[in-house]
Amino acid sequence: MSIPTELKYTKSHEWVKTESDGTVTIGITQHAQELLGDMVFVELPKVGRTLGQKEECAVVESVKAAADVYSPLAGEVVEVNTELESSPEKINQDPYHAWLFKLKPANVADVANLLDAQGYEKALESEAH
Amino acid sequence: MPFIPHTEEDVEEMLASIGAASIEELFDEIPPDLKTGNLSRVPPGMTEMEITRLMHERAQADGFYLNFIGAGAYEHHIPAAVWQITTRGEFYSSYTPYQAEASQGTLQLLYEYQTMMASLTGMDVSNASLYDGATALAEAALMAVRQHKTSRRILVPGTAHPTYRKVLRAIVRNQDIEVVEIPFDPESGQVIPEQLDPFGQEEFAALVVPQPNFFGVLEQVDTLTDWAHKKNSLVIAVVNPMSLAMLTPPGEWGTKGADIAVGEGQPLGIPLSSGGPYFGFMACKQELVRQMPGRIIGKTVDLDNKPGFVLTLQAREQHIRRSKATSNICTNQGLMVTAATIYMSLLGPEGLRRVAAQSHANLLQLVEKLETIPGVKRAHSGFCFHEAALKLPGPIDEILQALKAQGILGGLSLQDYYPALSNTLLVCTTETKTPVDLDKFGEVLGKILKKYK
Amino acid sequence: MLIFEHSRPGRRNYSQSPTTPAEKQAIPQNLLRKSPVLLPEVSEMDAVRHYTRLSQKNFSIDTEFYPLGSCTMKYNPRACNALAMLPQFLARHPLAPEDTGQGFLACMYELQEILKDVTGMAGVSLTPMAGAQGELIGVMMIRAYHEARGDKKRTEIIVPDAAHGTNPATAVMCGYKVVEITTDKEGNVDMDALKAAVGPQTAGLMLTNPSTLGVFEKNISEMSRIVHEAGGLLYYDGANLNAVLGKVKPGDMGFDVIHINLHKTFSTPHGGGGPGAAPVGVAERLLPYLPIPMVAHEKGVYRWLTEEDVPQTIGRLSAHMGNAGVLLRAYIYVRLLGAEGMNRISQYATLNANYLMAELRKAGFEIAYPTRRASHEFIVTLKEIKERTGVTAMNLAKRLLDKGYHAPTTYFPILIPECLLIEPAETESKQTLDAFVTAMKEILQEIEDQPDMVKSAPHNMPLRKLDDVRAARELDLAWKPQ
Repeated sequence: MSIPTELKYTKSHEWVKTESDGTVTIGITQHAQELLGDMVFVELPKVGRTLGQKEECAVVESVKAAADVYSPLAGEVVEVNTELESSPEKINQDPYHAWLFKLKPANVADVANLLDAQGYEKALESEAH
Repeated sequence: MPFIPHTEEDVEEMLASIGAASIEELFDEIPPDLKTGNLSRVPPGMTEMEITRLMHERAQADGFYLNFIGAGAYEHHIPAAVWQITTRGEFYSSYTPYQAEASQGTLQLLYEYQTMMASLTGMDVSNASLYDGATALAEAALMAVRQHKTSRRILVPGTAHPTYRKVLRAIVRNQDIEVVEIPFDPESGQVIPEQLDPFGQEEFAALVVPQPNFFGVLEQVDTLTDWAHKKNSLVIAVVNPMSLAMLTPPGEWGTKGADIAVGEGQPLGIPLSSGGPYFGFMACKQELVRQMPGRIIGKTVDLDNKPGFVLTLQAREQHIRRSKATSNICTNQGLMVTAATIYMSLLGPEGLRRVAAQSHANLLQLVEKLETIPGVKRAHSGFCFHEAALKLPGPIDEILQALKAQGILGGLSLQDYYPALSNTLLVCTTETKTPVDLDKFGEVLGKILKKYK
Repeated sequence: MLIFEHSRPGRRNYSQSPTTPAEKQAIPQNLLRKSPVLLPEVSEMDAVRHYTRLSQKNFSIDTEFYPLGSCTMKYNPRACNALAMLPQFLARHPLAPEDTGQGFLACMYELQEILKDVTGMAGVSLTPMAGAQGELIGVMMIRAYHEARGDKKRTEIIVPDAAHGTNPATAVMCGYKVVEITTDKEGNVDMDALKAAVGPQTAGLMLTNPSTLGVFEKNISEMSRIVHEAGGLLYYDGANLNAVLGKVKPGDMGFDVIHINLHKTFSTPHGGGGPGAAPVGVAERLLPYLPIPMVAHEKGVYRWLTEEDVPQTIGRLSAHMGNAGVLLRAYIYVRLLGAEGMNRISQYATLNANYLMAELRKAGFEIAYPTRRASHEFIVTLKEIKERTGVTAMNLAKRLLDKGYHAPTTYFPILIPECLLIEPAETESKQTLDAFVTAMKEILQEIEDQPDMVKSAPHNMPLRKLDDVRAARELDLAWKPQ
């Protein structure tokens, strides 16, 4: 399984992409969507909501499971991907493009503390054992 | 051995296969000091003939009465087909339809039920039922709080069923939800919308609107609904499903309609049977569907594109979501809903309307008759459906005793529930009461009340 | 075809509703319904035929072996139904005076007393309407107990990871935080995890014994000591009482509160998912908090206990007194069985489970806890089969339907991969169990020879595999006229 090297990750299977305007885009990883199976519903945070790091802020739901999404960083929600509300299957089709929400981080430097692709791969390996 | 088919030979062969010397050996992982196994207070077993005799004796001791009690449980005629079909083994002894392909009977029936209840209440969607009307109200309150997000206050009028209010308080108490009771007008027996404003100054999640209310009186549902919506709160309708054959359904109350409709499903083909099992129904607007607790059935297709039915939205439920579930509820009241669906099919829209209309007409007839007795008059001025409170010229308990001696259960004394309502009787009529029954009630009560003049 | 599709405008049943329209009406125009009610317009025979045919699309205990683990699908004696539906019982209004219900109340009182004995508890209330409500009431009593003692620090309920989902969901409904503890290799609660989890913040531990893994928690007395020493209470989820009925009393295991699923152990019908009934039993110290109403017997008269009799009660949890008719069925069942019969339940349920486990093991199935005795149920895991062939527990479950057997419980408990939780119940004969083993063997062979056929099962049911993804994405929850 290829893990994009340009993104950052969390142990709870979120990916984080730093945008040029200083915001970050957040989604769930290929591994997470495989575990959950066919998505049927996504609940997104409200734009303007202030999130703490690791705060529960979204729910992704398949037929047989529902998982909370935790914000990888503290910050304010500036945009959500409303397209997912009608087409949640996009997360299954292309998890690294089907983003959930964008955040204006309280502290951009925190991004550096997240896992890189290699670190995430290691985390996945240890989870499998 | 009752209900155990094993022969001695079977047991021997089975133990040999297991490699155990005795059945007792199979319990060898249980610490010996825990084994007590002495059921000294359980009587010896009976044969079917003996228990039949005993149960018939007890049933006969309880007897039959001409019943005018309602107060949340209503005596309607139940067509013979309803329970003959419902107690077929395939409905009676099946389980929750987890294996959809082996449960299409129950699943399709529940989908038909959801369709009927959504239409009856005028809402978009219905679940497959909850335990009873009182717990359905509590679940609706929890649902409203989840949806509203900022307030945990629920406004409930004193005209709502007193036991429902108790159950609501008991269930939400541990979740920091405040139940605020709003007063009613003792003259009309209704909530007065103009008097609500003090309660709406602080934010609240939902207003509960009973229709008809506990006194049988019809509330001003349109005004109440619009008032709550103006305050950005939800409206929870508590309704008698039978009355909805005649009355405006909650989905059409006010400008936008109530948000959640709940109530006791018992009037739809379920016998009174000392209080249960009944079933609670719950219907809501489409946008609330993911907040709705309990089982929900959806239509889909199979691999050959043939239509079929499955449990859906299961990710809300306890067996998947565990501590984050919308509720801890697992079951619906499947068998009761089976009966209700068959009942509604047999009655149809016109039959149900006639049952409701006759129940209502009988009340008007009865009240007219009883009000000719000196000292008897209605306690409230509001319009009624099939139940009304009457002031009597003497102590209710004594009067009820005297009525019972003549084979009549005359109604419910309201004083236990509303201390201010002394000498007040809540009477109910359904379509089961004939003109002869109504006359008998009038005559007997008239005679009894003579001594209080 | 839906009942609505049988509908023809103007068709109705003339003998089942008033023949003439009502004459009087006094309801203001604005409160009268204007929109039509979407109910079918069919004849009595249409309805009878439609629902009879629907019933025939169900598996049920009366028609198939139903080894659904954790659900105790035993035979529901017909006498229990027939006698609970005597007309006087059905006609009795819940608010009718007590002296018009002495026969009914006598049954309820005796049932309370019998359940006290069976569970070894000091008091029983019959009101809870389902297992989940019994749990809710049980945990509410635990909370009331701590609060009455002014002990406000207790904010956590401990739940094993193998527990039913209702346990954590219930704890949250009572305002508690849930702490999950792990299971050891033998299927017991991990004692170190338990010791680490308890403390002054512990309100209680919720436990099923035998556990949902189908094994008896041998350390139960030690667990009870640990939780009680920390000031917490012990909750018994009665889901698996069938395994120990008459052998061990939960009260003797140290439990403070218990709910009993009458629809499992006491053979009241499952009814396609309810109504259930789940009386709660409590030890001495929780007596003041039991929910009302309960039945008392004084001077030869039976009466309801109310708020006045039980001032510290957690209150009322149903509009009347719970699922009275279900309670009557359970009462009739226990009277038919008597003390002897109840002892036999756990004996033969355990015999059947251990026999089936032995035979399936011989047939080549992997048992999740091979070193343990089965209680009344046990777990088969298809982990190796899935890795090798891609056939899942759900595929096997669907293939069993083709062979005329209801599937065991699949994917519960969630900590065992590809699991089947199998509970045969005491009412099945050796011959039925043998036939089931034969079917399982056939499927094992089919998995080797034609795995794709097994993966696409079922093949002989009224419908093939249903698309539950589509059901959840394109919600269709009510029929609409075309």
